[in-house]
Parts: sequence; structure tokens; C-alpha cells
Amino acid sequence: MTRISSNLKAASLLAPASVFFAACGHGNQSAVEPSGLQAEHLSFLWWMFLAITAAVYVAVMVILVAAFFRTRRAVAEDDAELSPDPLREKRASSVVKAAVAVTVLTMFALMLVSFRTGRALDTLSQAQTPLEIKVTGQQWWWQIEYKDPTPSNMVTTANEIHIPVGRPIKLELVSHDVIHSFWAPNFHGKKDLIPNYPTTLFFRADEPGVYWGQCAEFCGFEHAKMRFMVIAEPQEDFDRWYSASQQPAPEPVTDSQKFGRDIFLKSVCTQCHTIQGTPANGRVGPNLTHVAGKPYIASGSLPNDRENLANWIADPQAIKPGIRMPMNTYSPEELNALVDYIQSLK
Amino acid sequence: MKLSIKLLVVLAFVLFGFASCEREERGFRVKTPDANRINTKRLTTLQAGEVIPEPDIKNEYEENAFALSEGKRLFSQMNCVGCHAHGGGGMGPALMDDKWIYGSRPDQIFATIEEGRPNGMPSFNGKLPDYQVWQIAAYVRSLSGLVPKSAAPGRDDDMQSREPENSTEKQEPKRVNAPQ
Amino acid sequence: MKDADLSKKQSSSLTEARINDELRALESTWSDKPGIIGWLSTTDHKRVGFRMVFTAFCFFTFGGILAGLMRLQLSLPGNNFLGPDMYNQIFTTHGSTMMFLFAVPVMEGMGIYFVPLMIGTRTLAFPRLNILGYYTYLFGGLLLFFGLLLNIGPDAGWFAYVPLSGPEYGIGKRVDLWSQMVSLTEISALIASTNIIVTVMKLRAPGMSLNRIPLFVWSEVITAVMVIFAMPAVMIGSSLLSMDRLTNVSTHFFNQAEGGDPIMWQHLFWFFGHPEVYIIFIPATGMVSMIITTFSRRKTFGYTALVLTMVATAFIGFGVWVHHMFVTPLPQLGQSIFTASSMLIVVPNGVQIFCWLATLWLGRWNLKTPLVFILGFFGVFVMGGLTGVMLASLPLDTQLHDTYFVVAHFHYVLIGGAVFPLFGAVYYWFPKFCGRMLNEAAGIAHCILFFVGFELVFFPMHILGLIGMPRRVYTYLPETGWGDLNMLASIGAAVMVIATLIFFINAIYSWFWGRVAAADPWGADTLEWSLPSPIPQYAFQYQPVVQGRHAVWEQTADSPVVTGLHINNREVVATSIHDAVPDHRYGVQGPSIMPFVVSVITGAMFVGFMFTPWSLPLGMIALFFGFLGWFWSNSVEHRPPYAPLEDNPVYDDPADYKPAEAAV
Repeated sequence: MTRISSNLKAASLLAPASVFFAACGHGNQSAVEPSGLQAEHLSFLWWMFLAITAAVYVAVMVILVAAFFRTRRAVAEDDAELSPDPLREKRASSVVKAAVAVTVLTMFALMLVSFRTGRALDTLSQAQTPLEIKVTGQQWWWQIEYKDPTPSNMVTTANEIHIPVGRPIKLELVSHDVIHSFWAPNFHGKKDLIPNYPTTLFFRADEPGVYWGQCAEFCGFEHAKMRFMVIAEPQEDFDRWYSASQQPAPEPVTDSQKFGRDIFLKSVCTQCHTIQGTPANGRVGPNLTHVAGKPYIASGSLPNDRENLANWIADPQAIKPGIRMPMNTYSPEELNALVDYIQSLK
Repeated sequence: MKLSIKLLVVLAFVLFGFASCEREERGFRVKTPDANRINTKRLTTLQAGEVIPEPDIKNEYEENAFALSEGKRLFSQMNCVGCHAHGGGGMGPALMDDKWIYGSRPDQIFATIEEGRPNGMPSFNGKLPDYQVWQIAAYVRSLSGLVPKSAAPGRDDDMQSREPENSTEKQEPKRVNAPQ
Repeated sequence: MKDADLSKKQSSSLTEARINDELRALESTWSDKPGIIGWLSTTDHKRVGFRMVFTAFCFFTFGGILAGLMRLQLSLPGNNFLGPDMYNQIFTTHGSTMMFLFAVPVMEGMGIYFVPLMIGTRTLAFPRLNILGYYTYLFGGLLLFFGLLLNIGPDAGWFAYVPLSGPEYGIGKRVDLWSQMVSLTEISALIASTNIIVTVMKLRAPGMSLNRIPLFVWSEVITAVMVIFAMPAVMIGSSLLSMDRLTNVSTHFFNQAEGGDPIMWQHLFWFFGHPEVYIIFIPATGMVSMIITTFSRRKTFGYTALVLTMVATAFIGFGVWVHHMFVTPLPQLGQSIFTASSMLIVVPNGVQIFCWLATLWLGRWNLKTPLVFILGFFGVFVMGGLTGVMLASLPLDTQLHDTYFVVAHFHYVLIGGAVFPLFGAVYYWFPKFCGRMLNEAAGIAHCILFFVGFELVFFPMHILGLIGMPRRVYTYLPETGWGDLNMLASIGAAVMVIATLIFFINAIYSWFWGRVAAADPWGADTLEWSLPSPIPQYAFQYQPVVQGRHAVWEQTADSPVVTGLHINNREVVATSIHDAVPDHRYGVQGPSIMPFVVSVITGAMFVGFMFTPWSLPLGMIALFFGFLGWFWSNSVEHRPPYAPLEDNPVYDDPADYKPAEAAV
């Protein structure tokens, strides 16, 4: 939180409101808990707008309440006033004109502040060496590809964006089916992914942590569960993660894991999923090469533990009805082995 | 007299309505259609002894818009388009015409996909759940206009390589021999 | 000095019997045919208007039930009361019902009912077209209602963005049903609008020059002009979408690969969609003006300003639509212009609020239920307008767009800005509908509970939007921490339901057993209050000659009326546009069943168009015959409508009537 916005918040007497915000939700998917440069600007803009509009609202309500108490009462049979006191009318007229003038000036000021913020948001686009990531919105998951001049160094993952803190990130946003919207509120406003309209979003994380984002344009059955994580970490941690992700999947060690790999390769899974280092090369679904290292599966809607994974593989339609992944019938031993294998893919 | 006309009108609405109910059903957790898998793979009309008539196999997915749309998606994602294009064929035979080598009945198409066929058709047995193969089979029939137009998918949001499935004229299937 | 019963102008030489004869003749001239044919073929604008309002409230209930289902599903994280498919259909139908089948038609219906009365005439300009508009609306609404019940309800959102609503991803016929509903209801809106504009321009009572037109009538005319410019955009959009999806047509309007553009849908829709909300709001401002004037017991402060601000809002309202598209990849400079225009439109709204506050400040309050609802309007709408200012800012909107913050905003402006005034108007005008008063205590209870419930539901949504909850989600994870606020919102929804039930019970009870109302229980200023409650079908025995802006307050017992119109034909006086100088007699047709027939054909044509393009040419042929039947009856029993006015000594003593050309 920068000094400017925290001062402003205190000054606007909205500190209680921000406590209220913090009490609801966990702050890691929040537009009012900025962790990045642009979100800071936007948060400042939000508090300023809130302060000004709240003042206007209070003023209008005060006038209404005052009118309620100070006006005399009448009944339907009373004569209506058709020629009121011209002096009072003139005074009221001046007050109204003044109020209109204040309104015009306020709107103008708010417009200028908006434009200034818009330009401030754009400064990152001048960054020299941003980290380039291509985000493809699919129904109903996020494909994340880290761009690299050498194609074999590219990392492809799903629903999780690791980024180094402090470095500008350039997202190329693409969709091939319907309109989605990429929204990580702690960092930036949202941007729509419209098919055949590739677009770019720059942002920067200034504080390490785990943040959530979610698709923000209605895209079909499982729009509600099209979530993703942004994991901002120090540069060394990011580098370590990146080079680990470039490696193919680890070889299975135990018998159960080997059996599990066999099952994976011989059943429907390979039609859609890729595990680098194995013949599985499907492009329809998320890349599973290092899926065990992810805290969540199913597009950020299911914590990644043994039981959830087993339920997910057996009947994904019960958890996320309407998605592409079919139900699978395995015997308990097969399912056990498969889960063992998947959980070995760190 | 007037009452029975009114009743007829109401009945018509109800039937129309329920027909649309089934067409619009989105079945996510479905059992495979009830079509028989066995005893239906005759590829010739010659039979030994008493002729057993062709069973009338109905794939209920053919009247379900969601299933046909899923079939279309799978047709693309499982790379059927690689050999069959969008029905016009290429390495594989065309699917939008009236010529069927291995039969045009739903169960015959199902068998073709499940078992594979000589000269290049791969077998998807174990590689796709049964109900998805039935969805693809229903879609394949829509390529030559054999499914109700109200359920068939519309045009792609893509370059147009063929008439949309819901505008395709019905091509009465004809049996042809496999290419040599 | 007000004279409550101007309709019974006495003259010294007119005998009681003569007056009763005239009234009986008028009654029978303006009455409907008997039986069910008569019910279907009515052209009485009061009956049609009431049916529109009643039907709209039925759809309000339907939409409200859908909202209740949504709140039930969202009250707990991970809830499985409604699956995604059902939820998607429900929220789409909720939005479409409220916007297309409730909000616009109820404002139109109130206009159809009250505009002719307020301008001192007996009919709309085109009565049969009027009932055609009602039936078209009814059939469009029933289409959507039955669609949802039959699992064919639309599921792509009430604004149906392509490609989700397109032929590839909009599976089945659901979106087509939505398209046809839109077409039918927009035809209805266009019909109502043309009627209102012509009526207000040409059929005003003599003396009601443009600067004397009541504010509600102004609001309806301005809205009607907006409808004519805005509705075609959505009709075109939905027709293009239908054609993209339709068998054997399959155009490419929204297919980028073949030269179309998905963003074009958004432009077409929002070019309609933004004026749409002003189409809903501006008549409500008319109602607010009426109620504030009556219950402050004084002339409206800033009449001219109020009229001009409504015109300004209508005009600027067509220049802000891209603020719904701020997060699309359109060029930033172009989008910034819409930040400017969206903030500009706050200014006329502000002028309205200030003028109303001035009227209230300077008046003496008759604190009855209608005024209490207007106070609620201020409390809710002003907050909605201010959150609108936040959304107008392009950068801020990138955080707030498509979140629950927007849901909160539009419910504040729509419920606060339209539903609160509408409830106030219902309590205000109820005596005119049926001659009885709604219960006052129940009305206050309704208002307070509705306000409290509303705040419980929608205020937390501002916060939910800021802490990350997007729109149109059928569920959310417990880890997000959104559960508490959602539960609070669902509890508030229950309170709103109770409040609405109180209203319905009050309405039904009072309709049959309520306190009998005088002709003018509120001491109001517009001409409908000079008529008995309930209003006879002929409305005015003699059309008044209007003396001022607040017609009833400025009439005296000696104010002139229009005499000499035929009472065995349906006839009113047509006047000039600026100063309402009498111009000619205007005769209208009596009841006819043909509008019903034509609307059935139209409905069938549109439903058929969901399945085959042949429906359109075949439907047009059938429509030709329908219209043929319609116009066939144009000549028989009525005089040519353009007979010039003449001095027609109907009464014994010529001094007993005043000539009809007196425009004071």
C-alpha cells in the first residue's frame, strides 16, 4: 500500500470501510488489496471516487432529511401553491444552479483523474524486457505458455502463472472459442479475450504471495469454476520453478506408479492430455507434466489431494458438470495406481 | 366439438414442448444410448438360412442438440478432420455423401469407430468412452443430413468449408464397396 | 380553485334528463362488445393499459421467483441446489424477463393508460394498433415463460454475447427463442411509442400548449422517441443472430473468419441496451415529478429544466454505449470519449434531483405512501447513480466490470429509479383503476420492508464485486470467503419477497374491499383526477379547455369545455402541435378482433422462424390477409375523420356553451 493511497484513505474517513473489506474475503482476490503497480493506481482511484461520491450522497440525504423535518405538513384538501413567494423561488433557483455548477466541475475533475490514471496504467507497456506469457482462454480452463525464443525451452502449464516479483509481465491474451476475461484483481483490471482479437496486458507484482484470478465474462457451463492462481515469488524461486518445469516428467519409481503410468497411457487420458517425456501428447486438455506440484486442480476449483484427485478422475462431471473431461470407470486398484502416478508428477 | 379442438391444440403444444425438452437436454452424466452393440455388424445383405431382419437401431443422441454438438467438438479434437476433413474426405472417405462402405446405421458407424477399419481407420476402443463414440456417430450421420435439422449444429465460427450440418440435404445412404 | 367534477358541467338550460341521455349515448358509443370477443377486441386504452401493467406485474413475479432461486443457490458456497445449466437458464430468463417483459412494458402500460387522460382526450390516436402491441408483447412473454418451463429457456445471458450465443456454442434452439422474444417485444414497444407520440402531438385538449404538458406525458413522449431510435438496433442484432443460426440461412454476420465481427454484436446490442435503461428510467422520473408535485402541494419547481433534462438525458443516452465495452480490445482513445459522455449524462440527472429536492424543500408535505416511495427512490437511486459515476471511469471500470459491483449498481438504479417510483405510482393511481384506495399502513410497511430488504440484498454486492466475485457464477468456493455476504444477500431477498407479498395481498384485497375513493383523493393537478373513479370508458363527457400547466388546479367552475363533438361516433378533437388550437374532428374505430388475429399470425411467424426461414414469407402472406381484414372495417359506420369543425347548435341556448377554439 503506497503512502498516497493510505493517506487518502485515512483522510476520507473510510478506514472503517477498508477494515470491513478486509474482513470479507481473504484479500488475495481483491481489487482493494493491491499487490502490484497498476492495482495500486486503481485502488487509489477507487478510494478517491468513493470519498467524493459518498460526500455527494450524504449531502443529498442531509437535504432530504432536513426537508422532512422542516417542512410543514399538508393534507389533500389544502390548496396547492401556484404562485409561491418569488424571493424564495429565486433563492432556490440560485442554489440549484450552484449545485449544478459543482456537479459539472466535479464530473470534469473525476474525468481528468480517470484519464491520468489511464495513462499511469500504461507506463509498463514501455518496459524493455518483460516476461512474456501467452494465456489462452479455453472453455473452461486457462492454458499458460511461457514464451521463449527456443521452442524447446517453452513451459506449458495450466491455470497457474508463476511470476518473479518486480519484473514487468506481458500477457498475450487469446481465445479460440468464446469470450473469456482475464481478471487478477490484485494486479490489474480485467481484459476480455475475444476470439480473433488477440490483446495484451502488462502488469507487475510488487509483493510476493499467492493470488487468485477468475474468468470474468460469462463463457458457458463452468464459467464459475474457471479460476487461476498467480504465484509471485522472488526471482531465484521463480528461476528454480521455471527450470524444473522445463524438465520432462519424472520417471515413476514404485510399482504402483509404473502400473499407473501404464493405465494412463493405455486409456482415454492420452487423447487430451500431455505428459512430457511420455508418448502422451494430447492438446485438448491441460498439460499434466508437473501437475502434482500444483496446489489446486480442476482450474483452481479443487484442492489437489489424493481423495479429490481420485474423485476427479472417476467422475469429473459430478464436480464440474458440463466440462469436456468424461467419466472414467476404473477398478479401485487401477484408480489407486493412477493416482499414485499422477501424484508423482512433481 | 369446440372442446376437442381446444384439447387437440393443447396436446399439440404439449407434444411440441416435450419434443423440444428432449432436444434441449444437456446430459452431462449419461449412460450410453440403448442401442444394441451386438448382432448388428452385418456388412452384406446375404445371410445363411432364414433372413433375420435388420434391427431398427436408434441412437437417441441424434435428436439431442447437445450430443450432436459434443460429437462435432470431438470430431475436431480427436482429429477425425485429419483424414475426413469436415466431411469432404481426403485420406479418408467423404462422410457427407451418400456412399457408405461399412454401413450407415448408427450401430455400424459406432462399430467402425470402435474397431477401426482396413486402409487406415484407427480403432478408438478404450481411447474414448462409449457415450462419446455414440456422440461422434450421431454427428457423422448429421454430416449427410440424416438427423433432424432442428437438432443439428449450425455453421462453425470458422472458415466455411461446407454447408452447415443443419442445412445439409438428406443423402439417402447407398452401400458401396471398399476401395481396393 | 379546483373543481373535482368537471365532467359534469352543468348548464342552466340543460336538463338533468338531457345530460343523462348524453352520458348514456356516450357510454354505449365508447363501450366494448360483450362476451369474450369483446374482451379480446377492446380498443379502450384504459383496458389495454391496465392489461399491460397487470401482465407486466405477473412477469415481475415470475422474474422475482427466478431471482429467489438464484439467491437460494448462491446462499452457500458449493451449493448444488441448481446445476450450471439450470442456473444459466434462470439468470438469463430473470434478466430478460425483468428488462424486456416487465420494466419497459409497465412504463408503456402506465403511459397508454394515463397519457390520453392527462392530455384531456378519450383515446389514443390508433386504438387498434394499441391492442396489437399488447398481444404481441403477451405472446413474446409467454414464449419466454413456456420456453423456460420446457427446458428451452435461453442460457447465454440477457445480452447474449456472440460467440457464446452463436451457432457453434449456442447449442439448440434456446438462443433462437430469446431472439424471437426480443423481436416480438420490440415490435410491441415500437407500436406503443408511435401511438404515444402521435397522440400527444395531435390529440391534446385545446389550450394544452407544449409548455403546459404534464411532466409524466413529457416523459412518455421522450421515451417513445428513444424507443424508435433504440429498438431497431436490437431487432437488427437479434435478427442477424437468428440468421447466423438458422437452417438454410447460416449467414456470417458474427463470424470473423468469413468477414463478420463478434464485437459488432456488442455495439448493436449496447446501442440499444443503454438507451433501454433510460427508456425504463425516464417514465419513472415522470412519475416522480407527478407525485412530488401533488404531495408537496405546490407547482413543480423548474418545469422547463425538468423537461429539458429529460430531453438531454435521452439524447446523451445514445452516446454512452461503449461504457459497456470498456474491457474489450477497442482503442483506448475512442473508449475514453465514452468516459466523458458517461460522466456528462450525470449532469441532467443531477438537475432533476436538485429540482425535485427544491420542490420538496419549498412545499408542504402530505406524507402518504406514494411520497414515502419517492423518498425511498431518492435513497436508493442516488446511490446507484453515484456507483454509475464510478463505472463511467474507464480505468476503474476495468476492475468493476462484470463483477457483482455492476449487479449492485444496476439494481440500485433500476429498482431505485424505476420500481420504487412505480410502486409509488401504483399507490397513487390505484383509485383511478378501480375506485378504491390501497391500504395506507400496509403501503408504508411494504415500502419500509422493501427498502430494508433491498439494501440487505444489494449493498453487500458492492463489496463482493471489489473482493473478486464475478457475475453469472452459479457457485463459488468456500475458500474465497464470499459466503457470509452472499448469505446476507439471500436473507435480504426473503425480506423483499415478504414486502412484495404484502403489496400483492393489499392490492387484491383493496381491489374488492378497499375504502371507496373520491374522484380526487390526493388533491392532484392532472386531468385524470377530474374524472370519476373508476373512470368511465368515454373518460371525459366534455373535453376540457386547459387553462394552465396544472390543469385541475387552474380550472374553475366557469372554465370552458369542448362541445359539439358527436356522441354517436367515437370522436375527439384534434389540435395543433404547438398551441393546441382545435384543428379538426378525429374519429377512431371501434373494437375489432383483427388485431388479435394479426398478433396470432405474427407470433406464429416468429416461432416458426426459429425452425425454418420459410416461416417469414409464408407468415407475410398470412399477415397480408390479416391486415386486409383489419382495414376492411375502416369505412362502414363512422364518419370520415377529417370533417371540419363547425358551430353546431346542439343546445337550446347558444350562450350556454363556449366555442371550442378558445386556447387560453
